[in-house]
Amino acid sequence: MMIQLQAKGIEFGYSSSTILKDVSFEIGPSRLVTIVGPNGSGKSTLIKCIDRILSPEKGSILIDRREVTKMDRMEIARNLSYVPQSSARTFSSNVFDTVLMGRRPHIGWLSSSDDEEKVWEVLRLLGIEELAMSGFGELSGGQQQKVLIARALVQETKVMLLDEPTSNLDIWHQLDVMNIVRDLVKKRRMTALMALHDLNLASKYSDGIIMMKRGRIMAAGDPASVLTPENIEAIYNVEVAVRSQSEEPFIVPIRQIKSNGSRPSPNPRGRFFAHGKMRSRLPRSLSEIKEIRLS
Amino acid sequence: MQEAHDSFVFARYLFMAMIVASIIILTGVIITLGPLNISVAEAYQALIDRFYPNYFEVEPLTSRVVWNIRFPRIVGGILAGFGLGACGCVMQAVLKNPLASPFTLGISAGAQFGISIAAVLGISLVGGPYVLIGNAFFFALLCSGFIIGLSAIKGATSETLILAGIAVNYFFSAMSQLFHYFATDEQLRLMTSWGMGDLASFSWAKIPLILGVFAVCMPLLMLKAWDLNIMTAGDETAKSIGVNANRVRVYIMLVSSLVVATVVCFTGTIGFIGLVAPHMARMILGGDHRFLIPASGILGAVVLVAADAVAMNIVAPTVIPTGIMTSVIGVPFFMYLMLKGKRREFWA
Repeated sequence: MMIQLQAKGIEFGYSSSTILKDVSFEIGPSRLVTIVGPNGSGKSTLIKCIDRILSPEKGSILIDRREVTKMDRMEIARNLSYVPQSSARTFSSNVFDTVLMGRRPHIGWLSSSDDEEKVWEVLRLLGIEELAMSGFGELSGGQQQKVLIARALVQETKVMLLDEPTSNLDIWHQLDVMNIVRDLVKKRRMTALMALHDLNLASKYSDGIIMMKRGRIMAAGDPASVLTPENIEAIYNVEVAVRSQSEEPFIVPIRQIKSNGSRPSPNPRGRFFAHGKMRSRLPRSLSEIKEIRLS
Repeated sequence: MQEAHDSFVFARYLFMAMIVASIIILTGVIITLGPLNISVAEAYQALIDRFYPNYFEVEPLTSRVVWNIRFPRIVGGILAGFGLGACGCVMQAVLKNPLASPFTLGISAGAQFGISIAAVLGISLVGGPYVLIGNAFFFALLCSGFIIGLSAIKGATSETLILAGIAVNYFFSAMSQLFHYFATDEQLRLMTSWGMGDLASFSWAKIPLILGVFAVCMPLLMLKAWDLNIMTAGDETAKSIGVNANRVRVYIMLVSSLVVATVVCFTGTIGFIGLVAPHMARMILGGDHRFLIPASGILGAVVLVAADAVAMNIVAPTVIPTGIMTSVIGVPFFMYLMLKGKRREFWA
């Protein structure tokens, strides 16, 4: 099986606190994989480490078996694109110029008509051609998100990383963005790795799900095997009912088991390991991850 | 929609051509202002005569006044305005702050301190006619060098640079004020007039030096135009598109500090130009620094030269310091643009 994106033993932290601990996974082409987990679980940090926006302390990241740490920044940008949660700009520019920025890794000082045509092509593909001359700051949240996806698309990378792209959107735009990403993954044979909060969106659209807590991967695999009541209860401290909705798990929250705020739970690991069923799904090493390879 | 974009790009080129033309027209008009009556046609003829002798009949006195008195000051004003405008533009981009100006890194405070040392203590790094200029240049660069060095160690984020710039500004301003306290009336007048900014010190002998610095530094700034476009979207986005934001920030700071120090040591502190010319350009042209950097420079030159002409002639023969007049003329124009420019691009 071909592997497009591979992470091996990624570790990252800030002086006293560890954010990511021994994170490993493999993802094949034409796959949309989502990372889910509570706030502070390390989803966004993992995305940023993969794109080298943050530098991991340990571990390696490979794209098509090529080590990302040995690439210069331009080369990384030709292989990995990144869609931020939002983009607050100091000085606004119009949509066309914003998307054209994505061509930077491929061009020198002058943009060619070919580059501009690629921008128009992507704007048409995402249905935002008529916004080309609008200021980025004048757009709605959903439109801005599409522009950010368009900018990542013109980078023409094999792997696209998305950091909670639906978090500021209403339900219509959430579905719109997710449909766009899923179609791109299938049509362009891209790999998309997306941090996401909404478990039902993750269930509906993902080929694979990585579930994280406290910087570790706690479960990984297809949506049905990861989004179980036991896993969700252990990771989120929320009791849920999981119904099968046309083969995709549909999660209905029932009640909080205890406060899941910023304070750590008294003995989360103990509680976590108390579930025998869960234990079997805990990936503790790379070899174990490979069993639930997302290719 | 593609036609609308094409016409927008054409409009950008048209605007660039218009402001270049306005500088040429302004030069001809400003040359006519002064005690000796010279018509606009005579002004251009005197300028062309130097390159095509005997093509026009030009009075020797007219030629001398144009070439030795009025034109060098205008050229100096164009260069100073261009440098301040262009550097203000790149500084606002890398510091991601619309209030940033060429003086954010404490360059003017450093230069003022250098002037104070020369004026009060008589300590100077170079002799002859460059006593004040040499000191201003050295201390301006010392200031920005210190800040850039500090940020290179601590991580050159925009916040680090701005905070360090403010701190150094306060320190050197306080040191200069200390000298004010001990200065004689004559020394005080010298320091105060330098702080107001003036183009009087420009002569043909000094212009090649500025031109040389510009010839090296401006292409270096233009080379980073794409990266500056991307950096306005934030450091994370810049990194994800292949731009090392911190490295570009230090690069831009180094190059623009050299340009601004070169300008400031000749003109003194001329505020407003470097702050507002980039905003004027941005409101008209949008956010593409391939156009913005030269347009900010040219608009800076237009405002400075126009302000200097007014400063010299409004209550002639008294000459008001240029730095005062740039604000008096520039602010109303800027307010007009702010009120008119509901959209970021006027053409749309």
